[in-house]
Amino acid sequence: MEGDLSTATAGGVWSARDTTPSEIESALRDLLKERNAASDDFVPGRVLNLVVVADREWRGEIQNRLDRVGRYHASRTILCAVEPRRQTIDARASITAEGGGTEGAVAVGQEDVVLDLGPRHLERLATIVDPLVVTDLATLVWSPHGHPDAVDSLLPIAQIVLIDSINEPDPAAAISRARQLAERAYIVDLAWLRSTPWRERVASTFDPPQWRSELGKVSAVTARHRPDSAVAGLLFLGWLCRRLQWGPASMLSQGGVRLGTAHARRQDVRLRLEPDESMSAPGLAGITVETASGMSISLERGEGGLTARRRDRRGNEWEWTVMGASRGEAGILGEGIRQALLRDRSYGPALDAAATMVS
Amino acid sequence: MAAEPSTARRDEGENPLAEGLERLPVHPTTLTIFGATGDLSQRKLLPALYNLAHEGALPERFNLIGVSRGESSDEEFRSTAREAIQRHSRRDADPKVLDALLAHVRYARGSFDDPAVYEQLERATAELDTEAGIVFNRVYYLSTSPAFFSVIVSQLGEHGLDSHDGAEVRVVIEKPIGTNLQEARDLNAAVLDVLEEDQVFRIDHYLGKETVQNVLAFRFANGLFEPIWNRNYIDSVQITAAEEIGIGTRAGYYDSSGALRDLVQNHMLQLLCLLCMEPPVNFSADEVRDEKAKVLHAIHPPEPDDVNDMALRAQYAAGVSSGEAAKGYREEDDVPDDSQTETYAALRLEVDNWRWAGVPLYLRTGKRLARKVTEIAVTLKPVPHLAFARDGGSVGVQPNQIILTVQPNEGASISLGAKIPGTRMKIRPVNMEFLYGTAFMSQSPEAYERLIMDAMRGDATLFTRDDEVEAQWRIIDPILSAWAGDRGDVIQYEAGTQGPEEAARLLLHDHRWRAI
Repeated sequence: MEGDLSTATAGGVWSARDTTPSEIESALRDLLKERNAASDDFVPGRVLNLVVVADREWRGEIQNRLDRVGRYHASRTILCAVEPRRQTIDARASITAEGGGTEGAVAVGQEDVVLDLGPRHLERLATIVDPLVVTDLATLVWSPHGHPDAVDSLLPIAQIVLIDSINEPDPAAAISRARQLAERAYIVDLAWLRSTPWRERVASTFDPPQWRSELGKVSAVTARHRPDSAVAGLLFLGWLCRRLQWGPASMLSQGGVRLGTAHARRQDVRLRLEPDESMSAPGLAGITVETASGMSISLERGEGGLTARRRDRRGNEWEWTVMGASRGEAGILGEGIRQALLRDRSYGPALDAAATMVS
Repeated sequence: MAAEPSTARRDEGENPLAEGLERLPVHPTTLTIFGATGDLSQRKLLPALYNLAHEGALPERFNLIGVSRGESSDEEFRSTAREAIQRHSRRDADPKVLDALLAHVRYARGSFDDPAVYEQLERATAELDTEAGIVFNRVYYLSTSPAFFSVIVSQLGEHGLDSHDGAEVRVVIEKPIGTNLQEARDLNAAVLDVLEEDQVFRIDHYLGKETVQNVLAFRFANGLFEPIWNRNYIDSVQITAAEEIGIGTRAGYYDSSGALRDLVQNHMLQLLCLLCMEPPVNFSADEVRDEKAKVLHAIHPPEPDDVNDMALRAQYAAGVSSGEAAKGYREEDDVPDDSQTETYAALRLEVDNWRWAGVPLYLRTGKRLARKVTEIAVTLKPVPHLAFARDGGSVGVQPNQIILTVQPNEGASISLGAKIPGTRMKIRPVNMEFLYGTAFMSQSPEAYERLIMDAMRGDATLFTRDDEVEAQWRIIDPILSAWAGDRGDVIQYEAGTQGPEEAARLLLHDHRWRAI
């Protein structure tokens, strides 16, 4: 390639215009050799391949989001930036390393590949990306700007798909798409992960045995959510339905509020999904669980965690803070990447119950 | 409003909402730290509590009470705790979470043998229950000098704080559990005079390290290792815990303790247990601890005459460490000029059971050695016949080694013989490495975070049981006695080196110490 202006390597970064997957793969190997030769403490990370499909104009924003995920990141990231009318593939590959420098320390390498490609490449994207992923590592696909055709194309080489169901304006369509994908891959849904602290807290609240019996008496559940995050609420309610063996029915919409019921062993449970216009962060804003015996528990976002309130049947009230730092959207994405290597068996059943509620 | 009684025991069936959650619910808890303004509390416990709060891992309702002899008020203790967390937390403290954690912290001032302290505690815990309308579990964390362990437990008993209707009461005890077998027995007896064994959580923070727990994962989650994990295939084992630093400012403690008590009696024997134990039926606390105890019982304590043959002690002399001149141990501040305390200890042990009979297990630990490393090296027996010419240019066809590194590069490696590229069949050793950091891209949580949560949860798997502690001392006691009676001067080794050359005399056959 010497003298070829379309290809260049400088400062550990390789780039090329109008290139091919095999050239990129070869360049990655060369970069790895260079890094290994340059320092004894370099070790390439081998955790997870992440394939991101994003619009070219938002490439920088996506890269920034990935930079901010913190502790959990993929060891090789392939960002496919889709540019309208582009016919050829340009590529840039680099290896960065964290740590090392002191005796005995290890510098763990992270490999990044950015591909600029066009819509015509998306249908056959797997054939472009396949040579670039590290064999035997799990491959996670994330397509934050849609491009379902690209995701479908990548499914044969990916084991996990990262989605954010709140990105789809219609909750029914979001749930339908998630279920469709779940038939072919393991799904990590950021909308579901946003509800994790809420699920944990509700589970904790009813964990003491004297309150566990109240689970059989739940008469109403309200989930408040940012207006665009109804799916997070549906998944939360779906989780409760499946865990407590309630039979949910279709919900009706009244002035933006979704109302429904679920059939429990002792009584019907009123379900309510309520948009909260004041919420700035995506996801849930609050949860209230009421029981037929007059007890209620509510959780709201608060300072330093969630503000919890419990009221007993005599009207006594207690308030406390359930501590926990906000993870922020970067933290949620990092959690999504971490979850790619785990298996959460609760999501599928909750998704199925949510599908019934939006049917 | 009276507090509603509760019990943390799962006698009403499992919580259906907990299934599938990565983080299981923990019963609301009031944690009392004795020695709350001490070094361990400031450096480890309070930062660990903050990090658990940050991650939303603490029980949904949590109270903290500090007990210490220092003059302080609730507000002053809050301020001290805030400063300690900000200084020592592994992540920057979020001010809102920190405020929430410290908002209701209470402080009880007084000497640990002063009944008034326990009366204060009784009032404070009862008030917290009443304010919340529930009964919190009680965890008492003894982060004090060992001299106070039995005093505090006895006072807890006398004030009825060792049990509470509708709540679990647990006591966490830091090491050391005694300085010899008799003291350990006395302490265990004093503690168990007041508490049940399942209320006692004896911390060995090594067991909270991810990589130590990973020894079990490697052994019992991989079909690769277990078939060869016995005397038929394993030639020898070396467990090393080396540090490049000296004793720093710990002379007061260290000179009366020494390397054998400081590391071998607890951490290293626990590592040995994990390496040698039989697969437990499950990973419940008693199943795991039963298997570890069996390993310790299979190690015969040495006879006095055998100590010199199987144990060696030494002390660092001046040298060069990490490129800098390093003082000898006796030149360190507050160390007596004629100190005989060992800063290096090496042992050869045998586990006399069906699996391990005849396999020498070498343990060594020391300060001011060439570098910091804690590892277990398992050397396999050589292949029965070597088809490759020994004199044909092969660079040492060596038996395979499996190395489990606890720190600093947490992971595992296997040494293999591989053909040197070329036209001739020449072999040299190569390493197949697994590094934790490269395979998970995440930092391990602090051992104390894991252990505090386990204590609050009532899971004692990673804590040491009374019989384990006593079995450990039974092995170490004769060595301490022999060394105490030895009138010769302790062997010296140069700081920054591999340790004393004399340690080679413990090795059987043609074994060699691995390079540190």
